Amino acid sequence: MTDKQRDVLLSIQDLHVWFELRRFGFGHAGYVKAVDGVTFDLHFGETIAIVGESGCGKSSLMKTILGLNKPTKGKVIFENLDVGALSGEALRQYRAHIGYVQQDPFGALAPFMNVQQILEEPLLINGVKDAAERERRVRKVMEEVKLTPVDDFLHKFPHMLSGGQQQRVVIARAIILEPKLVVADEPVSMLDASVRVEILKLLRGLQEKYHMAVIYITHDLSTVRYFSERVFVMYAGNVVEKAPVNSIVHNPKHPYTAALMDATSDPDANNALTMRELPPGEPPSLVNPPPGCRFHPRCPKRIENLCEVEEPYDLQADDHLVSCWLYK
Amino acid sequence: MSKDTLLRVEDLVLHFKTQKGSVRAVDGVFFDLAHKEAVVILGESGCGKSSLAKAILRLLPRNIDKYSGKIYLEGDETMAMDDENYRQNVRWVRMSLVPQAAMNSLNPVLKVGDQVAEPMIIHHGVKKEEALIQAAKMFQHVGVPVDFLDRYAFELSGGMRQRVAIAMSLVTAPALVILDEPTSALDVLTQANIFNVLKRLKQELEVSFVLITHDIATSSELADRVAVMYAGQILEVSDAHRFFNEPLHPYSRMLMASVPRLRANTEPEFITGQPPSLLDPPKGCRFADRCPKRFAKCAEEPPVVNVDGIQVKCWLYTS
Ligand SMILES: Nc1ncnc2c1ncn2[C@@H]1O[C@H](COP(=O)(O)OP(=O)(O)OP(=O)(O)O)[C@@H](O)[C@H]1O
Ligand SMILES: Nc1ncnc2c1ncn2[C@@H]1O[C@H](COP(=O)(O)OP(=O)(O)O)[C@@H](O)[C@H]1O
Ligand code: SF4
Ligand code: SF4
Ligand SMILES: [Mg+2]
Ligand SMILES: [Mg+2]
Repeated sequence: MTDKQRDVLLSIQDLHVWFELRRFGFGHAGYVKAVDGVTFDLHFGETIAIVGESGCGKSSLMKTILGLNKPTKGKVIFENLDVGALSGEALRQYRAHIGYVQQDPFGALAPFMNVQQILEEPLLINGVKDAAERERRVRKVMEEVKLTPVDDFLHKFPHMLSGGQQQRVVIARAIILEPKLVVADEPVSMLDASVRVEILKLLRGLQEKYHMAVIYITHDLSTVRYFSERVFVMYAGNVVEKAPVNSIVHNPKHPYTAALMDATSDPDANNALTMRELPPGEPPSLVNPPPGCRFHPRCPKRIENLCEVEEPYDLQADDHLVSCWLYK
Repeated sequence: MSKDTLLRVEDLVLHFKTQKGSVRAVDGVFFDLAHKEAVVILGESGCGKSSLAKAILRLLPRNIDKYSGKIYLEGDETMAMDDENYRQNVRWVRMSLVPQAAMNSLNPVLKVGDQVAEPMIIHHGVKKEEALIQAAKMFQHVGVPVDFLDRYAFELSGGMRQRVAIAMSLVTAPALVILDEPTSALDVLTQANIFNVLKRLKQELEVSFVLITHDIATSSELADRVAVMYAGQILEVSDAHRFFNEPLHPYSRMLMASVPRLRANTEPEFITGQPPSLLDPPKGCRFADRCPKRFAKCAEEPPVVNVDGIQVKCWLYTS
């Protein structure tokens, strides 16, 4: 299926999410421009990865999709709903369509609730009144995420579970209402190598089985090719490159994407013999981002008198959309 | 022991006393390390890596059930030293530690420069001015601007704080630094930067590293040798080239196969099951219930076999 044949599930339109910065005694001191003009469509059943360094705005984007942040400007449209305009009961109902898997599984689970209580909660909130029906659905979802034998796990509390098992509970909770979209924010970054792969494969299997759309957020490019169809690379509040996953790992176009790839290790003893070429410096402040291209102070391919002056916009380069003057 | 051996660990044991019984966190660990080399201790969460670091540096909690074995530092048997001698002449002076999550444990109310200088004042008895000069030198080595000496931890990025923690471990000029998960909480670019720093330090300061990590891919950035740890024990000690090409132990092989690769098209495979409890580990091979190669012999504890210089604790390699 090509993208065009699929229906759009979620449409992000020129989204800006700014947080007001206040300094004690001074009042308003500017804005943290966590998301600063992001546009994309996500189709039914599609998997995308959003890749970028810590602080580039990934979680702020996600929270806005979940309706936890209000857009400062621009829109989040889910099917035909304008998410930014929702509140109260309508917002609650909307959230039932979205599963959320966060980075720290332990922090995501209430320590005083056992697995059964944790998994029943979304059902209770969404009006599944019949206790037998709730138990049936809890057991089914536990089978799905392989928390088996189910009876061994139903009454366990989070601290009795390994990190991988805790993350299975979080995933089970995220999918129990059979959402159309699952947002997974660094779902495996706290887990061991082998458990990471196990959890990612579990998510992929569920995604295929239920035809859910998934937004996978990570800073680790090496996992994206096994897990998403398209990759969006974020830098300092902007999406700077969008491309199909195979195309991006074989041929990154944006200098920042290339830098991320160069910094990613595969296990190879020769790695120890050379220094890695890396862009200098650190990501910029989102209060006063650099003018022109935000990556220009670190970019090895910077074009003088252009990149530091004019902000690049999305340019087509093969099957990539790249926000970089090199592709003009 | 060759003259070049900086550290040799033999049959190191550290068990903790708990209400449920003895936790065998370190249970017969061995490896050795030459001058100017880095050995990686690779293992899953909870296998005893941080406990091993504590055992080597004698940074022990109160609830010790058993602490034994031999540690030779440049030929000196440190386990035989009394605490006073050890504290004055070994820890910080000849071996130091960058603890797990060090970058989040810096003192929030002290300038980072003063914190880096502190071990010099305590362990080498130098004056503060002199210690600060040394701290400034260390900042240069780890790539932190010298004017950051006067800053506080909260003013620094994660990567910069981790560099400060590394500078602190180096200021007393130890021959060996143990790094416990130094990059696990950091982004790819920051990780890669820290590894560049460590590579440079290894050459410039001729320091050796024990790098503790669960991240196989980045561990190859620094490794000369690799020791694989599982459920408190070492299953394989190998040189990095042979290890990353093709390790010998079934667990090592499966670990390698679980690594997602950016530059290859292999589908990563996970290891089913979980490591055993350290309260009551199996009598035989501790990896047996997850091992596809298991056979009758594996119900007994496997010996450590030397295969062309690689040490493997597995029955498959006994002839
Ligand atoms: N003071 C202690 N008392 C009792 N048990 C302990 C103590 N310290 C550690 N343990 C236990 O020893 C085992 C090994 O812990 P350790 O911290 O060494 O693991 P690790 O390999 O460093 O794990 P991670 O990768 O998660 O840091 C664990 O089961 C842990 O709960
Ligand atoms: N509620 C908030 N108030 C103020 N600043 C925020 C808030 N949430 C996020 N930020 C800031 O927005 C920027 C982007 O953060 P985040 O979206 O969490 O990035 P990422 O998930 O990519 O690490 C950061 O500078 C962060 O400190
Ligand atoms: S627009 Fe210029 S500075 Fe920005 S990434 Fe492209 S070449 Fe580099
Ligand atoms: S000793 Fe047996 S069970 Fe253990 S790793 Fe070797 S073959 Fe597998
Ligand atoms: Mg985040
Ligand atoms: Mg540890």
